[in-house]
Amino acid sequence: MAVAEKALGHAHGHLSGADLAKPLEYQDPHQSVRILGFWLFLATDMLLFGCLFATYLVLHTHTDGGPTAKELFDIPGFTAETFILLTSSFTGGLATLAMRNRNKKQVLAWLAVTILLGLSFVGLEAQEFYKDVLEGATMQRSAFLSAFFTLVGTHGSHVSLGIVWMFSILLQVAKRGLTQVTARKIFIVNLYWHFLDVVWVFIFTVVYLFGVVL
Amino acid sequence: MPDALRQFADTYLMWQEGPMIWISDVLILLTSIGIVATLTYFKKWKWLWREWLTTVDHKKIGIMYLIAALLMMFRGGADGLLMRTQLAAPGMHFLDAEHYDQIFTTHGTIMILFMAMPFIFAMFNIVVPLQIGARDVAFPYLNAISFWLFFFGALLFNISFVFGGSPDAGWFSYPPLSELQFDPGPGENFYLLALQISGIGSIATGINFLATILKMRAPGMTLMRMPLFTWSVVAACIVIIFAFPALTVALALLMLDRIVGTHFFTILHGGNPMMYINLFWVWGHPEVYIVVLPAFGIFSEVVATFSRKRVFGYSSMVASLILISVISYFVWAHHFFTMGAGADVNTFFAVASMAVGIPTGVKVFNWLFTMYRGRIRLNLPMLWTIAFVPCFALGGATGIMLAAAPADYQYHNSYFLIAHFHQVLIGGVVFGMLAGMYYWWPKMFGFKLDERIGRWAFWFFNIGFYVCFMPQYALGFMGMQRRMYTYPADMGWGTLNFISTVGAYLMGIGFVLIVAQVLYSIKYGERDLTGDPWDGRTLEWSLPSPVPHYNFAVIPTVTDRDYWWKLKEEGRTDELKPKPEDIQPIHMPKNSGRPFIMGVLFFVAGLGFVFNWYVLAVLGLLGVVVTLLARSFEYDDEYYIQPEEVEHVEAALGRL
Repeated sequence: MAVAEKALGHAHGHLSGADLAKPLEYQDPHQSVRILGFWLFLATDMLLFGCLFATYLVLHTHTDGGPTAKELFDIPGFTAETFILLTSSFTGGLATLAMRNRNKKQVLAWLAVTILLGLSFVGLEAQEFYKDVLEGATMQRSAFLSAFFTLVGTHGSHVSLGIVWMFSILLQVAKRGLTQVTARKIFIVNLYWHFLDVVWVFIFTVVYLFGVVL
Repeated sequence: MPDALRQFADTYLMWQEGPMIWISDVLILLTSIGIVATLTYFKKWKWLWREWLTTVDHKKIGIMYLIAALLMMFRGGADGLLMRTQLAAPGMHFLDAEHYDQIFTTHGTIMILFMAMPFIFAMFNIVVPLQIGARDVAFPYLNAISFWLFFFGALLFNISFVFGGSPDAGWFSYPPLSELQFDPGPGENFYLLALQISGIGSIATGINFLATILKMRAPGMTLMRMPLFTWSVVAACIVIIFAFPALTVALALLMLDRIVGTHFFTILHGGNPMMYINLFWVWGHPEVYIVVLPAFGIFSEVVATFSRKRVFGYSSMVASLILISVISYFVWAHHFFTMGAGADVNTFFAVASMAVGIPTGVKVFNWLFTMYRGRIRLNLPMLWTIAFVPCFALGGATGIMLAAAPADYQYHNSYFLIAHFHQVLIGGVVFGMLAGMYYWWPKMFGFKLDERIGRWAFWFFNIGFYVCFMPQYALGFMGMQRRMYTYPADMGWGTLNFISTVGAYLMGIGFVLIVAQVLYSIKYGERDLTGDPWDGRTLEWSLPSPVPHYNFAVIPTVTDRDYWWKLKEEGRTDELKPKPEDIQPIHMPKNSGRPFIMGVLFFVAGLGFVFNWYVLAVLGLLGVVVTLLARSFEYDDEYYIQPEEVEHVEAALGRL
């Protein structure tokens, strides 16, 4: 252990040694560089959604005589999805806060709540898509629907992947407790989760609100 | 049974396509048998797996990128020669139209994505950690994943030639031509999946190297003390991060159109093909800067070293790199001025395109001023750098002509354009990467490449280049359009086309000579015993060649730009030799086979989507998820090299 600590300062870069004044996830420079890496990844993911939004905006009037946004979107449905996802982002934030307070039980509890909220969001969205398809509004019907399902579906699959990921981190925290490594993982998965929340705010506005209002 | 076999052979092995495919099949089979037999005979399988397939060492990954890039240059070059042979005389029937379509498609795609990209990544990997005084990149495991995604993406693309059929809708695959309705074979799917898989790897590389440079620099190496190659990597990574997602989306949406039946880019049901073209070039134009910026970085290193002068105008070099990377986002519509977007849109993009010339011009002048009154040595890296300057200046000038939107209506998609972009991409990227390869070759392998054969290669390639592409400018003005597989004799294009073909073959000879040079030098090349064969200026030349796998026994503290040069001038080079009391245990990442396996699984999934075998595709993707989860649950992935071992290695190198 002594060797390991002495070596920390000479790690495979020369990330300087541990800084205990920082929050747990930032203390070990090997972990904090991963947080930076993840921010950079989020930049790429943001651009990905940006391109999908651009595509949607170009194609959203191309309904080819099929269902339009106004006919399709179900106000109570997407309002419920929005509230559930925003709440899950809040509970995710509580998990990060509990991690910084070194409270493992609370971390596990809030992660579990976040996962459950995420599952209900995905469930509602799947139900919405299913209903649309039954009404004949399939991806193949028009360019508008292709763009709609792809944009919202890409977000939904991001959330689904996030659920699997968050669950794996929940298991790791349960097994290993709160260390610098697991703390970094909790922090990053919540960064991802908040990011998806921000994307949803734009989907809510640009797709659903504009869709029913304009 | 024979019927089923014949059907399989016709559908997948394209048995009815004729001798070219048969010969390729036989050659691939023989090569594969040869490789397997050699590895088995010399009992090298374990070595291959332990030392290469599972490595996370940036130097080895860099070497693998380099080998892949040279192989792909061969494949892409062979495609180019086939095209030039077909066009050598009017009315030729060496290739038919369909094969010609496939060959120009694979030529373009391979040269940009599977030759230029791995070549720059080879340079990133081999040089950046050594220049900034780091022991590896920020995320070594991710770095291995990037390589294997590139590798299996390239394999998927290349295998289309003998399995299922090559893509044939051009290297940018414009819809509606590339939609299922007009292009039903699996070729287009190969294109989409292969680029998607290797694109994920490229994005990861961009993230990895930006994080590495921002966080892993040696103490004292402030941003404005970084070598210019490292700066060029920063600029290129920023462009990768912000441009590649657009390609991901363009490919994914076209794939949905083809596989799921959506209507993003179709003519029917409200689709808009121009949307693909915009998305593609939102990535595509920055892409050419991604490949040329690192070449600029290499020229800056080479010019300073071989003029024995500090580079002229360091700050303006950095500023122009960053400026180019920013402007590169605002020029994409110049690829389709003829879209009909209107004079206002075209004006904006025309002005932005011309504006790129300003920072680029700053760089060219800085290189010239660095050479001015320098003590120039004309070794191979410098030779390619000097050849680059007029070539790129001419390419830039024709670029300004193309950027003038009204005039572009005349040049659009003519051979004038072909000549222009070959001039900037060969004169900029290929010359740059070859200069970099010659420059850092001793650092990678411990010996120099032979100068004499190298000079022959240089002159063949350079003269060949001008003979090949100068006539094409004229052919463009004479009305010859790109992608014509043949032309009638009365157009009067025969002579110039023939000259162009001769030039292409001269370049081919140049490439063969480079290969000969490598093979000759393995045995007879001058060994580099000092670690500093060119009298270099930056930190990588303070290390022995080849570099020990932990790079720096003791991390140096940098106090100046061109720190190694400064130490040499002041006679303080011993300061960078490790002292036994300073050697600490070194923290290193463990090798892992998972990145390789992940690449295989992506390949399996890709193949599944190409042929609409969804069970296979889903199995491949599930496998990918499993490898991701396995990584998440892996905690024991690092180890320490003990000081005794480091001392042993350093002593053997005579540095203690």
